[in-house]
Amino acid sequence: MIEFEHVVMNFGEKEVLKDASFTIQKGEIFTFIGPSGSGKTTILRLIDMLERPTRGSISIDGTIVSSLKDRDRIPLRRKMSMVFQKPSPLRGTVYDNVAIGLIFRNISHDEIKARVPEALELVGLKGYEDRKAGTLSGGEMQRVAIARAISTKPDILLLDEPTANLDPVSTEKIENLIFSLKERFGITVVLSTHDMVQGQRLADRIAVIIDGRIGQIGTSKEIFYHPMNRAVANMVGVENIFEGIIAKNEEGLASIDVDGTSIIATTAFPPGTPVVLYMRPEDITFHVRDGVKSSARNEFTGMITKVLPMGPNARLKVDAGITLTAVITQRSYEELDLALGKETQLAFKASAIHVVERKPSKSV
Amino acid sequence: MNEVIEGIIQAVQLIVSLDEEVLEITARSLLISLSATLIGSAIAIPIGGFIHFKEFGGKRGLVTIIQALYALPTVLAGLLVFLLLSRSGPFGFLRLMFTPTGMVIGQIVLIIPLMIGMTLIALSGVSRTKQDTVISLGASETQTVITIVKEARFAILGGVILGFGRAISEVGAAMMIGGNIRGYTRVLTTAIALETSMGNLSLSIALGLILLAIATVVTGILFLVQER
Repeated sequence: MIEFEHVVMNFGEKEVLKDASFTIQKGEIFTFIGPSGSGKTTILRLIDMLERPTRGSISIDGTIVSSLKDRDRIPLRRKMSMVFQKPSPLRGTVYDNVAIGLIFRNISHDEIKARVPEALELVGLKGYEDRKAGTLSGGEMQRVAIARAISTKPDILLLDEPTANLDPVSTEKIENLIFSLKERFGITVVLSTHDMVQGQRLADRIAVIIDGRIGQIGTSKEIFYHPMNRAVANMVGVENIFEGIIAKNEEGLASIDVDGTSIIATTAFPPGTPVVLYMRPEDITFHVRDGVKSSARNEFTGMITKVLPMGPNARLKVDAGITLTAVITQRSYEELDLALGKETQLAFKASAIHVVERKPSKSV
Repeated sequence: MNEVIEGIIQAVQLIVSLDEEVLEITARSLLISLSATLIGSAIAIPIGGFIHFKEFGGKRGLVTIIQALYALPTVLAGLLVFLLLSRSGPFGFLRLMFTPTGMVIGQIVLIIPLMIGMTLIALSGVSRTKQDTVISLGASETQTVITIVKEARFAILGGVILGFGRAISEVGAAMMIGGNIRGYTRVLTTAIALETSMGNLSLSIALGLILLAIATVVTGILFLVQER
């Protein structure tokens, strides 16, 4: 178990980690999601004891590591492995690179000879032993770095943006490997990524970190559908954020006034409560004007004011009294004959909206 | 001009015929400078490693002084060792003045700052991420130092070769401490200086050609090392 208690980390004048407190349970995949420079790597480096916190305490399996002497940190560090975002090949062959952590641990030659090919096979690099590490591509080296890390059979695996340099096929392989490491060996995996989808796919729990501060910790469903504040919502792609006041509430189904537009949402807040509404763009559906009533509680007619193609999808801005952002597939966009400047009908369910009380003194 | 051409022809003849004096001076030069380089490396590389890996007060100032000493004039190195080894000096009792050992010490003093500096540059060339990788893989302090030095070995070797080049080509310290005694402390540079002043151009040119060949080989090795 890894525990951070009010950890602060300064680099010179800059506070890169602000009062971070969290617990990572044994055997879980815990992911830090945040933009570049938000402090994700610093957290991983603190866990690996490559940095000492400016304030606060860090404990691993009950041992407070933040105040340990350098020499006393080595046995604990040998229970962990870290893969850095930019993998560093050491001189020599792939075999030499994968074996080095085992050599540091005084593992016998026979066991090293058995473990290195095993680790390489796990990352899909079987037969790469004799290749010069310096001649590998970025993706191959990243996989060697992962093999190097798992060959030591760590209890805790720290992965800093492990698939940032990989193609989609390799990324999938590594993600499957991370899953199997957890399932087969019960390894605790702490991962940092700026890829929301990867975070959602892999993590048992996610911590959103923005500007050195942990915004929210929860399951992927909690983070992606129930963000606690505007910063987290923006980070995880919740693009529809509105401020309003509960106008009435009948058995948990509230009518919320948003700048004169009424939105129906499920919430227990009583009338008069100032609230913030969060809704993912994927939760909005489009309809042709065929007179058929949608099952969704919220139905609007609006004009498409912006269209942004995104590969197989399209992101639309629709002025429906309030500006809504929606994502639909390109195929639906064409089939519904949507276009910039056209009027369209759209709908979303009351349950698609996450309602949070708006505290006047705090920014949301 | 004829004298020069004649000198070159005679020099080539001296080299091709494996003239005893030429061979003897060359062998002594190599022996003294290689000894100084090896001993100097054994001192400079660990010192460079210590300065690189340890944090201590005045580190930056020390590095600046070491860098300034790259250009230590050879006669000053000679003077310093002369003062130490002369009969009235603190190490006079060792009776190392005008001996090959004394010359080795002189060359060590001359090349150590350069080799420490080159070691520091070589170790700084190993990225922080690489060092962190080694530490995170569970290396002890000693294992970390050994691994990083291994990573920088070609760059460190470049510094060693540069040190050898400076040692074998210097004349000031060799002359002041060795005294240029024929058959005992006479090396390529001191012999060239003496023979030229005596007008014995063919021997000077022959020795000069050998020194040039050694310098070329050293530069070639340095180039190959840096290519790796």
